[in-house]
Amino acid sequence: MTAPFPTRRQEEWRYADLDALKPVWEQFAEPVTLTVGAGESLEEVWLPAAEDVRVRRVHLALGAGAKARIFALNTSPVYGRIELDVSLDESAEFELFGANIGTGVSTNEFVTNVRHIGAGGRSRQTIRSVLNEKAVGSYLGKVEVARGAQQTDGEQSVKAMLLDRGATANCKPELEIYADDVKCAHGASVGELDAMQIFYAESRGMDPASARALLLEGFVMLLWDTAKDADDIREAAREALRRVV
Amino acid sequence: MLDITNLHATVADKPILTGVSLHVPAGEVHAIMGPNGAGKSTLGYVLAGRPGYEVSDGSVSFLGHDLLGMEPHERAAAGLFLGFQYPVEIPGISYLQFLRESLNSQRRARGEPDLSGGEFIKLAREQAGLLGMDAEMLKRPVNVGFSGGEKKRAEMVQMGIMQPKFAVLDETDSGLDIDALRIVGEGINRIMRGAGKGVLLITHYERLLEHVRPDRVHVLQAGKITRSGDIELARDLEREGYAEAAA
Repeated sequence: MTAPFPTRRQEEWRYADLDALKPVWEQFAEPVTLTVGAGESLEEVWLPAAEDVRVRRVHLALGAGAKARIFALNTSPVYGRIELDVSLDESAEFELFGANIGTGVSTNEFVTNVRHIGAGGRSRQTIRSVLNEKAVGSYLGKVEVARGAQQTDGEQSVKAMLLDRGATANCKPELEIYADDVKCAHGASVGELDAMQIFYAESRGMDPASARALLLEGFVMLLWDTAKDADDIREAAREALRRVV
Repeated sequence: MLDITNLHATVADKPILTGVSLHVPAGEVHAIMGPNGAGKSTLGYVLAGRPGYEVSDGSVSFLGHDLLGMEPHERAAAGLFLGFQYPVEIPGISYLQFLRESLNSQRRARGEPDLSGGEFIKLAREQAGLLGMDAEMLKRPVNVGFSGGEKKRAEMVQMGIMQPKFAVLDETDSGLDIDALRIVGEGINRIMRGAGKGVLLITHYERLLEHVRPDRVHVLQAGKITRSGDIELARDLEREGYAEAAA
């Protein structure tokens, strides 16, 4: 049985392009489940595909002491959605490094629900968006800390660069905490390139346009700095930036 | 080579430089010393063209060109290099990529052909080696995770790669231990000593000047050059302090 088609009234679908999703909904209705057993590790690189609409819906269950790192590039020409529902058992670690790179009238979004069930878990979510023309890039991220999940350490860092007045960045970090000894940080910004970095690059000989292009590349590329095998996602992100900037 | 005449500059409407005049002929190294807040770093930034550092009066001629009329990247292509007091971190961009892009931008502006990837890596490795820096560090993002001393050494590697005609080095000695200070001093001599080259060495301490012997030493106080002399002036300052030596 196929799950019912979502509506905009559901918070997690608020910014979605439901018109684009409708014709292909059946193939994405059921999330994929990934399980990482106690003490095991998983590292995945999610590259964009050629389709106009690209949706990934993943349930990720991390056992005690398990580690998972996801590197994801979201750059669909119409609608891209990366949805992660993560549960962390005791001392599990989850890291997500994701980029939305969009132009035209595209919508690309990360929607996450990270549930700390056991104590001592750690989650890091770092999202960067580069948006031009009428593109929309969103991050809706909820971190839940269950009763008893003490010493949870959760962090969300979300930044966006808008290259055109018509582009939109939505950012909604959310915390739901039922334990009293936890550390949960979130930061979000939509803005400009760093003036001192621009001056540094110019003082070394780059003209203003080249300096900006390079720094914009760095703004996204820093996401892959810690990946074991980053060549493909680096190249895909570079190509997406060339298309968008 | 570098002629600064009656330079006045403000930062956020506050006057910082209040009439600096300085002449550095080709082939010479001049040192600028002075207390905190005297305007030393401001002078470096004004020469390199940092936005927000407004020149309200005076002129600077560099190799016969009006330096202040040029954009920062044009100054670099003309052969000016600023060694930053606080080198800037750029996550996501490797040092190799940053420097290759910089050097080739300068070369294009001068009508020279780009260096190929292979040629550039050879040059970068060679310069890193000469300054005792592990070339593997150049694969890391620009200055990210570098110690204070490593950042300063990396600035000198950049200078070796760029081969500028004139270098303004803003407290390149701060954050260096004794061995690193000697290596950096030797690097400055190797890269910047010679006919047709010049250096303005901004420093608080006389130590670096024992490695890089300046031809002239100037004291900058409250936005003006108040004294000039030879290395003996730097030694006097080290002994007596600025307040005493100015008297």
